[in-house]
Amino acid sequence: MQTKRSIFSNTWLPYALLAPQLAITLVFFIWPASQAVKSSFEREDPFGFRTTFIWFENYTRILSDPSYLNALGRTAIFSVSVTALSMGFALLLAVCVDRVMRTQRFYTTLIVWPYAVAPVVAGVLWWFLFNPTIGLLPHILDWFGINWNHRISGVQAMILITIASAWKQISYNFLFFLAGLQSIPASLSEAASIDGAGPFKRFWTIVFPLLSPTTFFLLIININYVMFDTFGVIDATTSGGPNQATMTLVYKVYTDGVAGLNIGSSSAQSVLLMGIVIALTFVQFRYVERRVNY
Amino acid sequence: MVENRPFLDFLTHFILIVGVIIVAFPVYIAFIASTHEPSAFVRGVIPLLPGDNLVQSYSSMLGSGHRVAGTPPVWLMLANSFWMAMIIAVGKIAISITSAFAIVYFRFPFRTLAFWIIFVTLMLPVEVRIIPTYAVVANLGMLNSYAGLTLPLIASATATFLFRQFFLTVPEELMEAARVDGAGPLKFFKDILIPISITNIAALFVIMFIFGWVQYLWPLLITTQEQFYTIVMGIKRMLALTDREPEWNLVMATVILAMVPPVLVVLFMQRLFIKGLVETEK
Repeated sequence: MQTKRSIFSNTWLPYALLAPQLAITLVFFIWPASQAVKSSFEREDPFGFRTTFIWFENYTRILSDPSYLNALGRTAIFSVSVTALSMGFALLLAVCVDRVMRTQRFYTTLIVWPYAVAPVVAGVLWWFLFNPTIGLLPHILDWFGINWNHRISGVQAMILITIASAWKQISYNFLFFLAGLQSIPASLSEAASIDGAGPFKRFWTIVFPLLSPTTFFLLIININYVMFDTFGVIDATTSGGPNQATMTLVYKVYTDGVAGLNIGSSSAQSVLLMGIVIALTFVQFRYVERRVNY
Repeated sequence: MVENRPFLDFLTHFILIVGVIIVAFPVYIAFIASTHEPSAFVRGVIPLLPGDNLVQSYSSMLGSGHRVAGTPPVWLMLANSFWMAMIIAVGKIAISITSAFAIVYFRFPFRTLAFWIIFVTLMLPVEVRIIPTYAVVANLGMLNSYAGLTLPLIASATATFLFRQFFLTVPEELMEAARVDGAGPLKFFKDILIPISITNIAALFVIMFIFGWVQYLWPLLITTQEQFYTIVMGIKRMLALTDREPEWNLVMATVILAMVPPVLVVLFMQRLFIKGLVETEK
């Protein structure tokens, strides 16, 4: 690992400098994570007096539990829809902002601020708009003959959390797409234009392929966001309901562990989630490192 | 711009204006709702134009809080959120910059191990270690305290990487010159390294402050006393009233108040914010 050519020599100082970060990491990150791994192999009796080591029973149970597998599939659908919706919309806005000249900063300011909105708040805002009795959007949908009630319809509940989560993430994706677009040399587009390529053809044959490293990076970040940070959105709007229709993996860890007090199962689910994060981090570092080399 | 196409220019602005409206619309509706009286939400559709209850809604929330839901005054929750975000941002920066300094400017046994231990925190978001972390905090007697609210979130691999990356680009001559002049490691750190890192520190601060402000799951778990409620989780408490509709004007006033501080940070420090965002996530 890299250091400076010339370094300070001191035996205890580096340890003292690292101590706070390492202490917090060990106490609040690594130790709890190891406890989660440990209790994922155990069963606790209902009164918490005795724990027995049961090997992989918690894992085999959750992996054969239809409600877990449904949550897995649902999380996948949720990730794909939020990512596609949010990135698509953000790319459209970024391309437009990249095109305008004088008003670039003005539009950027108006688009970036939702980054600072907490996911729970995003959930509450859209929950209010979609409120079945007084909300504005159900009234509009009523004109088209659609009866909106996300308290009854699982599909509608899913649409609600998808829109709220995607809305929150637009500003983030927008900023990265805009930075990506601005790093593409204008001479490429100019050359294509001289060759007679129109704006749409230029976008699809030149800009979009050159943007692919940014797109790939955002894909990973967005999946990570949907897997973990949407807890607040779900808790504020549907609480996993109706009838588990919006129960994602993270929300299930929470309901089984905190509300259901099923520590073994919840820990096994946590460990599987850690596996997913590790895989995502690995992909990010393995492939995104090279994102500048088109 | 490559060529002049008036129609495409028109379309671009049209899309942007529609986009900005979509982005702002939910917040506009929330603000309008906060200016009405409770009776405006009994039937019909939510109002689209401002009412005349603005001062009433905000002053009652700031002053006395939501009695029915048992939440404290909003100013108290705002103060808690502010301190939580502040401690997290300052703490993350402080422990990360010293760690990066140790890793870059010293060579000592277990250096790589220390680096990897910090790296691992990237893969352990609080959501996957909720219950055991809660147990640790409870055993340490830190439930309902600022320490419990902030410490388990304060380790930061991204900040450490950012500072490490930046320190590696600092010219070697700077340190050699400092050493020739007789400066020890701590003096070099304080008088040279920190001053030249100030833009990075500020950019990181903006991102980490927002990170701290929007925390939800963690405060929800470890605060049971009203005096430690943060604003973001307080909103949820107001909505969780059984068998009655939430008082929308009050809830929305709180929602607006919860959004104002971090949004102002983003708007006023936009350049630092963008720098911080793009650099921490690379």
